[in-house]
Amino acid sequence: MSINKKIIPMPLRYIINAVLFGAFLYIMNHIISSGIISKYYSGVISLIGIYIILAVSLNVATGYLGQLPLGHAGFMVIGAYTSAIIMKSVAAGSTGVAFPFALLAGGILAGVFGLIIGIPALRLRGDYLAILTLGFGEIIRVILLNIDNVLGFTLTNGAAGLQKIPKTTTFLITFICVGITIFAIHTLMKSRHGRAILSIRENEIAAEACGINTTYYKTLGFVVSAFFAGIAGGLFAGYIGILSPSDFGFMKSIEILVMVVLGGMGSMIGSVLSATVLTALPELLRSFERYRMVVYSLILVIVMIFKPSGLFGTYDFSLNSLLDKLILLFKGKRKNGQKNNEIKEGAEK
Amino acid sequence: MSKPKREPVKLVPVPSVNIIPERDVDKTPILEVSHLGIDFGGLTAVDDFNMAIGRTEIAGLIGPNGAGKTTVFNLLTKVYHPTRGTIMLDGRDTGGMNTIQVNKMGIARTFQNIRLFKDLTVLDNVLIGLHNEMDYHLGGAILRFPAYWKAERIAKQRALELLSIFDMQDMAGNLAGSLPYGAQRRLEIVRALGTNPALLLLDEPAAGMNPSETSELMENIQKIRDTFQIAIMLIEHDMNLVMGICEGICVLNYGKVIAKGTAEEIQDNPKVIEAYLGKKKEEN
Ligand SMILES: Nc1ncnc2c1ncn2[C@@H]1O[C@H](COP(=O)(O)OP(=O)(O)OP(=O)(O)O)[C@@H](O)[C@H]1O
Ligand SMILES: [Mg+2]
Repeated sequence: MSINKKIIPMPLRYIINAVLFGAFLYIMNHIISSGIISKYYSGVISLIGIYIILAVSLNVATGYLGQLPLGHAGFMVIGAYTSAIIMKSVAAGSTGVAFPFALLAGGILAGVFGLIIGIPALRLRGDYLAILTLGFGEIIRVILLNIDNVLGFTLTNGAAGLQKIPKTTTFLITFICVGITIFAIHTLMKSRHGRAILSIRENEIAAEACGINTTYYKTLGFVVSAFFAGIAGGLFAGYIGILSPSDFGFMKSIEILVMVVLGGMGSMIGSVLSATVLTALPELLRSFERYRMVVYSLILVIVMIFKPSGLFGTYDFSLNSLLDKLILLFKGKRKNGQKNNEIKEGAEK
Repeated sequence: MSKPKREPVKLVPVPSVNIIPERDVDKTPILEVSHLGIDFGGLTAVDDFNMAIGRTEIAGLIGPNGAGKTTVFNLLTKVYHPTRGTIMLDGRDTGGMNTIQVNKMGIARTFQNIRLFKDLTVLDNVLIGLHNEMDYHLGGAILRFPAYWKAERIAKQRALELLSIFDMQDMAGNLAGSLPYGAQRRLEIVRALGTNPALLLLDEPAAGMNPSETSELMENIQKIRDTFQIAIMLIEHDMNLVMGICEGICVLNYGKVIAKGTAEEIQDNPKVIEAYLGKKKEEN
C-alpha cells in the first residue's frame, strides 16, 4: 500500500522542510552577501527565483486545471507596474519595508484581473480560452502604452516605460517568495480544494456529478495562478529597475509556458527545474542569446516527440519521501526482518 | 439548496430480508418523476416518462439500444434540462437546479462510458467523491489548520471503508486508469457512494464483466442498499441481474414506457418481448 508508506508523520515533515529551506536560504544569503558570488551571478539567481514563481503559478492553470492560458505575462506585467508605481512613490528610506506590501498589492491586483478575465474565459474551452487569454495579454500591454493619454497624467509613462524603480529585489526576498509560493500551491493542491481543481482537468462531467462546483474551482485556479504571477512581476520590477510594456508581450507568455510544458504539466518539481535551467542557460551562455528562441523551440519539439508528458510527467518529488526511503534503507539494513511489519503497522493506524 | 446533512452510515450490513420496499409506501418516494420528456431538435428522446422509487427500492430501467435510458439518467442529474415534466426528489421539485445542486440533494451516478479521474489514484477518486463531506475552507487548507488534518484523516478512513465494500482498499494507491475494467466500474460506484447519496443511479454497472464478476456485483448492489438504506436505480442489459435484484422494473422503447412491474410481470409482457425480439415484420 504505497499510500501509507509515510514514515515521518505529517506535521513533522513540514517542519523538516522548513528547517532545510531555512538553512538553504541562510547559507545562500551568506555566500551572496559576502561577495563570493559576483553581483551578476547573484542577479541571475534572483531571476531564476522569479521564473520559478512564474512557471509554478502557470502550472496551476495548465497542469492542474488543464486549461491553456496564453496571457501569463499579462498578469506578470500588472504586478510589475503596480509594484513599481508604489515603490517609486515611497520615500527612499523606507523602500525595504514597503516592498513586501508593494509585491502583495501587485499580486492582489493581478488576482483581481484573473477573476475578471477568468469568469468569462472559463466558459470557453481549449482553443477559445487560449485565444481569449492571448488577447487579454495584448490588451493589457496596449493599455499600459496608452493609458497616460486617457488619464491626463503620467502613470505608466507609455512606451518609454518606468525608470529608476528602486532595486529592492534581493536573493532573500525572492526566495522567500519562492518558498511561500511553492508551499501555498503545494498545500492547496493536496487538499479537497486542490483535488477539486484536478478533477476538472480529469473529467469535468464526472466532477460535477460528484457535486464539485466547477465554475468556482476553475476561477479559483485561475486567480491563484494570476496572483503569484503578479508577485513575480513585482519582484521582476525590483530586479530590473526599468519596465516597458514591450518586455511583456506574447513571447514572454510563451517562454513561461515552455518552462511548464518542458518540466511536465502538473509537476511542480518539473516546473522548478526547467525554470531554473531555461533561465540560467541563456544567462550563462550570453553569446547564444539570439538563438534562445530557436533553442527553446528545438528543445520543445524534441521533448514533445520523445516525452510528450514533459520531462517529469506529473511526477512530484518530495524531500520527505527521499528521507523516508533512506530511513527504510537504514532500518532495513539493521533489522531486515522487522521492516515489513513496521510498514504494515504504520498502515493500520 | 443543501440537503439536511445525513450521518455517514456505519458499514455494517443489515440482512436483506429486513428490507421490504412495500414498507416505503407510507413515506413519500425518494424520486417521483411525472410526464418527463426531452426533445433533441426534432427527435423526442424521452416522452411522458413516469416513475416513482421507494426509499430503499432497487429499480431497473431496461430497453433496447437507443431507447433513451441514459437520457433519463442525464435528465435526473440535470446534464440535460427536461423539455417537459417534473422531477421531485425527496418531495422537492428539482426544476431549475443544476447537476451540482442535485448531487448535494442526494443523487449520485455512474456513467455508461466510464468517467473516472484516470490520472489520479483510486483513493483520490473516492476523496473527490467525499469533497462535500469535508468542510474545511481554503485558508485552512493552505495554512494546514487542525480542521484540515482532522477532516482529511476522517475522509481517508471513510474512503478506505467504502473501497472495502468491493475489497478494493489495497488498490488505493494505484492510478484509477490502470485498474482492470471491472474494477473501474466498481470504483465509479464507490466514488458515487462517497457523495452520500439517497438515490444511486447505475448506468450499465455490469457491462464488460464476466458472469462471476456480475453475480458478485449483484450481491454487492444489494449489500449497498442494505447497508446504506438508499434507493438504487440501474440500467442494465444483463437480464439475470435485472430480474435477480430489481424489485420494480420499467421498460423503455423509443423514449416511451411500454411496461412497468415486477420481474415476473415484465417477462411475459408481449410488448416487452416485441421490443426486444421484434415483431415479424418490424426491426427490433
Ligand atoms: N445530446 C443528444 N443530442 C441528440 N440526440 C441525443 C443526445 N443524447 C441522446 N440522443 C439520442 O437519444 C436517443 C436515446 O439515447 P440514449 O443514450 O439515452 O439511449 P440508451 O437507451 O442509453 O441506449 P444504450 O443501451 O445504447 O446505452 C438516441 O437516439 C440518441 O441518439
Ligand atoms: Mg445508455
